[in-house]
Amino acid sequence: MGGVSFGRVAFIALVIAIFTFVIAPLLTIIWASFFVDKILTFPPTGYTLSWYARAWDLEEFANGFLMSLKIGACATVASLAIGVPAALAIERYPFPGRETVRQFLLSPMYVPAIVAGAAVYIYFIEVEILTNFQLAATFTGLVIAHTLVALPWTLRLVCASLLSANVVSEEAARSLGANALQTFFYVTLPIIRPGMIAAAMFSFIASFSDLEKSLFLVGPGKTTLPIAIINYLEWNLDPTISAVATVQIVIIAAALIISDRFVKLGKAF
Amino acid sequence: MAGVTLSNIRKDYGALAAVDDVSLDILDGELLALLGPSGCGKTTTLRMIAGFVVPTAGTVKFGEREVTRVPVHKRNVGMVFQGYALFPHLTVAKNVEFGLKVRGWDKARIAARVTEMLRWVQLEALAERQPRALSGGQQQRVALARAMANHPDVLLLDEPFSALDAKLRTQMRTEIRELQRQAGITSVFVTHDQEEAMAIADRIGVMNHGKLEQLGSAEDLYKRPVSRFVAGFIGKCNFIEGRVTGPGQFETANAQVLRFSGEHAGGPAALCFRPEHATLAPSGAAGTSSTVRVTSVTYLGPVTEYEVVSEAGDKLLVAAPSSGNVASPRAGDKVSLTWRVEDAFVVD
Repeated sequence: MGGVSFGRVAFIALVIAIFTFVIAPLLTIIWASFFVDKILTFPPTGYTLSWYARAWDLEEFANGFLMSLKIGACATVASLAIGVPAALAIERYPFPGRETVRQFLLSPMYVPAIVAGAAVYIYFIEVEILTNFQLAATFTGLVIAHTLVALPWTLRLVCASLLSANVVSEEAARSLGANALQTFFYVTLPIIRPGMIAAAMFSFIASFSDLEKSLFLVGPGKTTLPIAIINYLEWNLDPTISAVATVQIVIIAAALIISDRFVKLGKAF
Repeated sequence: MAGVTLSNIRKDYGALAAVDDVSLDILDGELLALLGPSGCGKTTTLRMIAGFVVPTAGTVKFGEREVTRVPVHKRNVGMVFQGYALFPHLTVAKNVEFGLKVRGWDKARIAARVTEMLRWVQLEALAERQPRALSGGQQQRVALARAMANHPDVLLLDEPFSALDAKLRTQMRTEIRELQRQAGITSVFVTHDQEEAMAIADRIGVMNHGKLEQLGSAEDLYKRPVSRFVAGFIGKCNFIEGRVTGPGQFETANAQVLRFSGEHAGGPAALCFRPEHATLAPSGAAGTSSTVRVTSVTYLGPVTEYEVVSEAGDKLLVAAPSSGNVASPRAGDKVSLTWRVEDAFVVD
């Protein structure tokens, strides 16, 4: 048997090509965030950290970053508050129409985000006309829209962890004298906790990186980070944008690593 | 402690009766096995005793207390589940104390009882282990200690040995039986394994198609099965088709007259006897023998099984001690199959 077969070499080459295709843009962005040159040039004439400082000094980025963090946190909490009870009802209590409810709650994932964003905007305007209560271009409005972005992720992940958790554990708790609430808090919740953490992380990522749903809903002083990036890119192209993007990449990667420690993501889908 | 009384209980799922009018008295301190093939209603019956399933009709009583509609957590049952269902996130000791904690026992009493239970199942050394770090047999003992900690009225075991390998299964069933006897607790266990039921139960209820076919000791069921199903399910059985023509008198399809013991109202039936109650001989007495042709011989060590076919076409089985047959028949031989009249009975 001599050497490695051609098929194996081709396979490895293909894998490397795919990984390069996925990772090269990310690495380039991170690399470019340290370039000294204001106009992107290869190779750079030197390296600096000053773009990070400049990004933080620019009000729209600093505010956008904080706004995205706040909206992400609120949307995550809201999607857990809706998604966990919904997942419990769907997986544990076989009521008629539960598949419909499941698909309904997953539906924000199916609709193109830009269309859904426009629809949410129109809905908010109608609500405002009827009740005089402003939702568009407010923090509340953005949280509602981002909850829609996050909810399908929460529902999926919590449903998956309920499916893998043994129903018999809950029956065992009942037979030992635990009522429905005790069973939930002492048995079900601890068993699905890893799934809930993963759900929280994914919800946060989905909200934090959302551009399309927010596009119609932001207002002056109420801009999320991805939209601040778009606005800036319209007139500028310097490493500031790379620095901002790098921060975003690091935050999302951290959330992914945390959730993978709790739930093997491959199992959830 | 108390016995359990099921009166005409029934559970319908749509048009299907999972359990059909079952009445059953489980005596105080008795270990009763519900035995039957899958889908016979034995598990549904157990779950109605536990309170997981509410009967469509009929009542369930623990002693004098009616519990038909009492929810599971207020019934005071102990249950060992198939696969044990230990809480994966809690240690052995925390698993055992669970039922005491949710019932609001004080700490000192809980600690004392947990120690007592773990000593009972000989697992004190493993109190702080996680369930997944235990062997199957150890997990089962934890499940038993957990189920018994709160002094339940009834102990329910759902296929408790099915997750164990064959050798451990035999060992664990003796062990569980011994622990059950010590505790003197009324117990019901569900199984599809007739050998398991016969080995440890005081009485066995055989179920089929949602009905309780027969209730009795292992010996009753084996010696006097009331139906063809019970005869065939508990051990092996030979059936000769025909009809009962008078008291103790049976006529085969080809008009041979045979004798049997026991009662029968008359009409189409089958004469039965066990393979080990039959012998093969050169000739036999009229009424308790039949001329057969040997179709195959299987040597199984202590016994040899002969498959034979009668002149009327009934396929029969004979199990004879291997050493006893000096000149054992061979396939193709024409011999006489004989049995004793007291070993022959009739079922519908």
